[in-house]
Amino acid sequence: MKASAEMATNDTLAEGTANEAAEEAEEAKITTNYAEIIYNGIWKNNPALVQLLGLCPMLAVTSTVVNSLGLGLATLIVLVGSNIAVSLIRNYVADAVRLPAFVMIIASFTTCIELIMQAYTYELYQILGIFIPLIVTNCAILGRADAFASRNPVLPSAIDGFMMGIGFGIILVALGAMRELIGQGTLFADMHLLFGEAAVNWKWVVFEDYPNVLFAILPPGAFIGLGLIIAFKNYLDEQEKKRIAAEKAKAGPSESKRVRVTS
Amino acid sequence: MGLLRISSPHTQRGGRRTSWVMQMVILATVPGIIAQTWLFGWGVLINLAIAGLTALACEAAILSIRRRAVAFFLKDYSALLTAVLLAIALPPSVPWWVTVTAVGVGIIFGKQLYGGLGNNPFNPAMVGYAMALVSFPVPMTQWLGAGSLVAANEILSFSQSIDAIFSGLPAIDSYTMATPLDGFKHKDTLDSQAAFASIPALQAASINSWLWVNLAYLAGGIGLLWLRIITWHTPVALLATLFALAGVFHLFDMNHAATPWFHLTTGAAMFGAFFIATDPVSSCTSNKGKLIYGAGIGLLIYIIRTWGGYPDGVAFGVLLMNFSAPLIDYYTQPRTYGHKKAKTGLKIGEDN
Repeated sequence: MKASAEMATNDTLAEGTANEAAEEAEEAKITTNYAEIIYNGIWKNNPALVQLLGLCPMLAVTSTVVNSLGLGLATLIVLVGSNIAVSLIRNYVADAVRLPAFVMIIASFTTCIELIMQAYTYELYQILGIFIPLIVTNCAILGRADAFASRNPVLPSAIDGFMMGIGFGIILVALGAMRELIGQGTLFADMHLLFGEAAVNWKWVVFEDYPNVLFAILPPGAFIGLGLIIAFKNYLDEQEKKRIAAEKAKAGPSESKRVRVTS
Repeated sequence: MGLLRISSPHTQRGGRRTSWVMQMVILATVPGIIAQTWLFGWGVLINLAIAGLTALACEAAILSIRRRAVAFFLKDYSALLTAVLLAIALPPSVPWWVTVTAVGVGIIFGKQLYGGLGNNPFNPAMVGYAMALVSFPVPMTQWLGAGSLVAANEILSFSQSIDAIFSGLPAIDSYTMATPLDGFKHKDTLDSQAAFASIPALQAASINSWLWVNLAYLAGGIGLLWLRIITWHTPVALLATLFALAGVFHLFDMNHAATPWFHLTTGAAMFGAFFIATDPVSSCTSNKGKLIYGAGIGLLIYIIRTWGGYPDGVAFGVLLMNFSAPLIDYYTQPRTYGHKKAKTGLKIGEDN
């Protein structure tokens, strides 16, 4: 077993060195499509809405905007850092041990974030609790490391990590805003936990004298909220598809005469 | 509703339209509504009006968004029935926005988002009720005292009820009191005898008022049985399980467990057994399945009442058993004509 694993490692290593030059050339040839990376991260392949990864922290901590923003930023930083690091070492790590290596990298970045949050936003760190260390297990991060960063150069990987993090963060904040608004009738409460004393007055009481809707603050509200956001995204995609189809139809009749149009 | 006809429509009497069934169920709640109005004041009727209007408005709005025939589906009375069941379950003095939220959530999230009548896995009325109970625990647990018991010694007048529901009556506390179940739950270290002697909610007048309400719903439920709108399986299994469990625990611990009679005649026991648990859409379909389903609800009601955080457990019991109804149905399929044995669940390696 061990021998075979070693052989496999050697094989990949040998392959790696042999193919390195060719790969570099190939990479140079293919101009990376940055627009597509950005579009993928924020919309088409959004980690929260389409890949449905990292749901555990997403459903657990998004009860207010500040919690969501805190977790979103932490995840974003870890994602960018791990993507860059993974991309840097992608040609030197054997395939067989790549996942442990990636997890080690992610864990290191998560530890950094944890220490930074302890130093500067201690209260928020305490509110988010276990979900900060749990960023390590966020599949969205490992997924991007394995699916993108381990196959692409540093710059596209960094952009991919950034955009995926932004996409994740936007949904977190949207869900947090939704739940805070419905649950407590306020927006941006307690923002000073993240932005310091300047943000004490950011709290916006949308509805005066509002009865707290515990349902929205508790986890069921997160499930329903996320479901509604996903449904809204699907609706927009459907509209877009219809629009494209209509444009195609307008552009000219298709070559085949036997087009049947149902519905 | 055709849902009770499980197979072979040609052997059954025709002519049972969904709207007729729904109307009959609504009519069957009338004795209970009268009893509640008589004992707890006008709030019940006002809640019914608010809930009915909200339900129809929500149903119409979602149907038109879904591009379904609005009038056709409104005329089947199912939304109205949901509203009636929910309004009955709500406390009579609950603020109007609680009713509106509960009915809205029940109709929109509990029913229409799953695809409308016939596709909802959960009882919409109980979805709305549970959501309101979780969200607004304070107004949802303030039940008016029966007329002869409250401080002012009279039930709220009609205008006072309106005030209580729409603007909040400042003196509402003098009209509310714990229900018997609530009172029994919070007797703390008192033993049963002391509790029944000292706690106001457990005095004869309070218990009798709930007895009357339950008897009225029992009468309505028997009417439904007589019309063959529901079968006996679910309510009987539910009440028998509740009775048996309460009996066993009462025998073991006379001092702290309530009598089975107390459990059957307080809270929503009868209402839940005959009107909530028998919902044809979200409950089991086979007779054996209905027995298991009803027994499960009875078990959960007793557990929640005795050891849970809420005084009554009908809503959560029904919702939890709704989860398991498809599984129960799957394992209790009746024998098909022409086959020797009934199909019971998935057999590995066999052609299913």
